[in-house]
Amino acid sequence: MSELATLPTTRDEDWRYADSGWLAAADAEALAHWAELAVPAGEALVETRLAGEGVERLRVAVGRDARFELYAINAAGPYARLEVEVTLAEGAHFEFGGVTIGGGDNRQEFVTRTIHAHPGATSNQVVRAVQWGHATGNFLGRIEVVRHAQKTDASQNFRAILLERGASANAKPELEIFADDVKCAHGAAVGQLDQQAAYYMAARGIPPAVARKLLVQAFIGDAFVAMADEAQAEAMLERALAKLDEAAL
Amino acid sequence: MLKIDNLHAEIDGKQILKGLSLTVNAGEVHAIMGPNGAGKSTLAYVLGGRPGYEVTEGSVEFAGEDLLELEPYERAAAGLFLGFQYPVEIPGVSNVQFLRESLNAQRKARGEEPLSGGEFLKLAKEKAGLLRLDMDMLKRNVNVGFSGGEKKRAEMVQMGILDPKFAVLDETDSGLDIDALRIVGEGINAIMRRPDKGVLLITHYQRLLDYVKPDVVHVMVAGRIVKSGGPEFALQLEQEGYAAVAA
Repeated sequence: MSELATLPTTRDEDWRYADSGWLAAADAEALAHWAELAVPAGEALVETRLAGEGVERLRVAVGRDARFELYAINAAGPYARLEVEVTLAEGAHFEFGGVTIGGGDNRQEFVTRTIHAHPGATSNQVVRAVQWGHATGNFLGRIEVVRHAQKTDASQNFRAILLERGASANAKPELEIFADDVKCAHGAAVGQLDQQAAYYMAARGIPPAVARKLLVQAFIGDAFVAMADEAQAEAMLERALAKLDEAAL
Repeated sequence: MLKIDNLHAEIDGKQILKGLSLTVNAGEVHAIMGPNGAGKSTLAYVLGGRPGYEVTEGSVEFAGEDLLELEPYERAAAGLFLGFQYPVEIPGVSNVQFLRESLNAQRKARGEEPLSGGEFLKLAKEKAGLLRLDMDMLKRNVNVGFSGGEKKRAEMVQMGILDPKFAVLDETDSGLDIDALRIVGEGINAIMRRPDKGVLLITHYQRLLDYVKPDVVHVMVAGRIVKSGGPEFALQLEQEGYAAVAA
């Protein structure tokens, strides 16, 4: 497989929302490194990740009727990118739940490439971004369905909440579909915290900071709703919300 | 308990309240009736401190405090409850979580200890029973998928749990069938008909007042109270219409 020999720049489509300053100073060899993972046929693997500063790249081969679930929080900076490439065998499933959360000048992104290489595979991706200050949350999600991968069912959903003016979010869904009997759904929305709900909470005595936390918790909870282990899902939520507590909003 | 004096308020520069004065003493239930567009809901939101509603003149004193100086959440902790005409849906937050956060935030603001999970659930169960709302409803997300009537009953369960000193109820009777109306009316009486509490009921119709007997009935037209009377006044209004009575 060919790897990047030179440093990418923001002129590359896959890096268009990246931090150009960070990229220019990056180590080309380290950047070209992919961790490899395989889920054997019929098995299930659940992974969690806390993205750190820099770029982490993970390549996963999911075997026949196997299931790979990845849940990630990206609360790091100044530039943090988690990139996942998943190749699905027949009847395999890929579940991805990701949350970017942060302020300052942080630039946090998830990049996924989901390859439906065989018939009957499914994938579901839910990404939520909560940004403030001048931070940016990005989701670049590419779904490829090869010619014979009929009965593919792929879905991708991205929603962002910007808590302050100056924060931003980018969504770049890309669907490359070469089979004709497939379902591919994607949606993206960027908005603000629900002011009506915030006022309703205030009217019941909940101070603004607590209301914001409850609403953010409800919002990012979508990304972990597919986790079977409730205690683990709870821990992920707590981790993400801890970042919000640091924010001086 | 609640003393509104010469209140003027506007939304987006448009004046809605034009010198409204009203005093509700502890132990009293007052009803405000009036035609559409009179400013009844605006009054409720101004008392509740909703963003976008600007007071340009006048004062509101609540339990000895300047109400208008308080943030919305502080008004709730001070004992003011606003019953919404259109209760808000909050996906992802359960009623139980919402109400426990609300109650404990209010208790904290008043220097009281928070209720434990068990104590809270016991209280919630009791108040839900009063309004004949299934406890399972309280485990669901706030108002999400509730019918109009369920939302209003859930509001009254909230009121029961939060146990305010004063309630401003904005068209709590709208969207209720006759059975639900009776249940809600009895709920208001059970929770708020006390010598140390007060209620301001905003309504279009006499029918809620069959259950919650007001001590004073006011007619509001064009941002002001134009006439007040006893309980019989509501009946007269219903028969003769606002235009005739307020003329």
